[in-house]
Amino acid sequence: MSQSISAKKLRAAYQRMLLIREFELRVERLFLAGKITGTAHLCIGQEATAVGAVMALRKSDALTSTHRGHGHFLARGGNPDRIMAELYGKRSGYSGGRGGSQFMADYRIGYLGANGITGGSLSVATGVALAARLQNRSRVTLCFFGDGASNQGVFHECLNMAALWKLPVVFLCENNGYAMSMPVARSIAGGSIARRAQAYGIAGEETDGNDLEAVWRAVTNARRRAAKGDGPTLIECHTYRYCGHSRGDPCVYRAPQEKVAWRKRDPIQRMRRILLTRGVLISGEHQRLMQETRRRVQQAVAHAEADAWPKASSLTKGVFA
Amino acid sequence: MKTITAAAILRETLAAELTADPTVMLMGEDIGVYGGAFGITRGLLDRFGPQRVIETPISENGVVGMAIGAAISGCRPIVEIMFADFVTLAMDPLVNQAAKLRYILGRQASCPLVVRLVAGGGRGYGPTHSQGFAAWFVHTPGLKVVAPSSIADHADLLHAAVQDPNPVVFLEHKRLYGWREPVPADRPVVGLETARTVNRGHDLTILAWSWMAVEAAIAAERLAADGITAEVIDVRCLQPLDMATINESVQQTGRVLIVDEAPRSAGIAAEIGCRVFEASHEYLEAPIRRLTAPDIPVPASPPMEQLTLPDATTIAHAAMGLMETLQ
Repeated sequence: MSQSISAKKLRAAYQRMLLIREFELRVERLFLAGKITGTAHLCIGQEATAVGAVMALRKSDALTSTHRGHGHFLARGGNPDRIMAELYGKRSGYSGGRGGSQFMADYRIGYLGANGITGGSLSVATGVALAARLQNRSRVTLCFFGDGASNQGVFHECLNMAALWKLPVVFLCENNGYAMSMPVARSIAGGSIARRAQAYGIAGEETDGNDLEAVWRAVTNARRRAAKGDGPTLIECHTYRYCGHSRGDPCVYRAPQEKVAWRKRDPIQRMRRILLTRGVLISGEHQRLMQETRRRVQQAVAHAEADAWPKASSLTKGVFA
Repeated sequence: MKTITAAAILRETLAAELTADPTVMLMGEDIGVYGGAFGITRGLLDRFGPQRVIETPISENGVVGMAIGAAISGCRPIVEIMFADFVTLAMDPLVNQAAKLRYILGRQASCPLVVRLVAGGGRGYGPTHSQGFAAWFVHTPGLKVVAPSSIADHADLLHAAVQDPNPVVFLEHKRLYGWREPVPADRPVVGLETARTVNRGHDLTILAWSWMAVEAAIAAERLAADGITAEVIDVRCLQPLDMATINESVQQTGRVLIVDEAPRSAGIAAEIGCRVFEASHEYLEAPIRRLTAPDIPVPASPPMEQLTLPDATTIAHAAMGLMETLQ
């Protein structure tokens, strides 16, 4: 089946990728400047996977994210002002500053949240899919996780149950080559995460995670299978994070040439070339889009800077519903 | 008034919840045809079908996490953990996910989840089938922790737990499953966060919960024969604690004995004792006394297990000792 994304959607996807890249680069600088404290895991280099996968979802669908979640949230339409405010620990942040980078969500848009525990969202996503089944809803749940999470026991527990019960869930592994410093070559027995699908009798597929259209196709097909009642799919997207695992990562575990090689496969540059070739983007337009994006991110920073701290009197409020 | 066991009343209550609310669902290992390792869910699969009574593989982490996903999607899952000891495998979803959702994500997140733990020693099941871990959950903000003792409370508090919009850890003591008590049909509604005064007394207050409250009540009868009247309070909700009821009693009696079958260090008895001291120290006529298991795993050998766990005899003995103490 030949499938393609409309020019309008491709253009929007490109803009969303630019937004994620610019947002993350800015967050990195804000960390270095001491404006943001704690930790954050940036997804610079992984934008095509986030945007390609999320654009395959419907409005009524749900998704869960990982510790590296800003891109997924922005891809789903999260408000950059409120995400930035959350990173600052400010009052208008999605979690009122309580969650930080790894714990924010917007249930209204089906974004069920980042997760500070590696693999922590696998079971939650599977449970959301179980609920959709019990409630006869058409909702499909997309579960992002990393190569590291695929070694957690809960990964196998959830693939097993989702397969047994043919739950409407799409498991999407962002294989960026490293679980913090641990390379895939030394942590994934058998050499492939997608092939683990065979053990559970479900569809498994490897795809180029830096190719937005490839990711979109894979998730679109998986979504269709899930919605039809044909059960889950395990998709492994090969991608790369340019930055360290988190703030303060010296990246001593990987060779500089590796990054150079992956830069040649940069998802945004690739997308730009494709859009220019197809005439979706005209020469010089990129500059304008970049300016727009920078303005948008600057607005988010200004918003977060101006925002108030949470009220001291709220500290112990809201532990229980 | 009918006389009924905890196992039977739990079964009735689960059936009633499944009947009353289509969003209620059960999850757990062997809860279908087998009826659960202790027979609590017997017959429910036939009555409510596999969509409502979901038998799972042995995957506690995945199952509790899935129950959270279902709970935030509008279901009211009740998970059975065959032995409380196995909840160690599900600590991540309980502690890092369920407990934190409301505080971090605010009103958009509601996690009405009940996790039923088959807890407690005294049956010779040995070190990895006799624990309860209540203190761990009490130490996790965002979880409510309930440990009923009376048979009526098994129904009333389970109902309240299912109705509660928060994650609730519900500890059932396996020694109570076969315990029988008369239960009145029309009883007042019980809230989750209240202690229950088992019997009135004026010489000392004995605080206990779960099976230990049964042992404490038997001890109180023996003490009465010796002319000592003990006020026994079934604490029953361990998080949050009903300190008002507890302090009111201690301030009347001036003496308090706290009984817990869990290990001593950093236990719930220590927490309650400290709170009693903070609020009622000027009323105390004797030092606060704790009776707990020593800091050891629960041994399987029957006489060794008996030495480990408090019972009516050791409770009565501790109470006598407390009466002899002069401040």
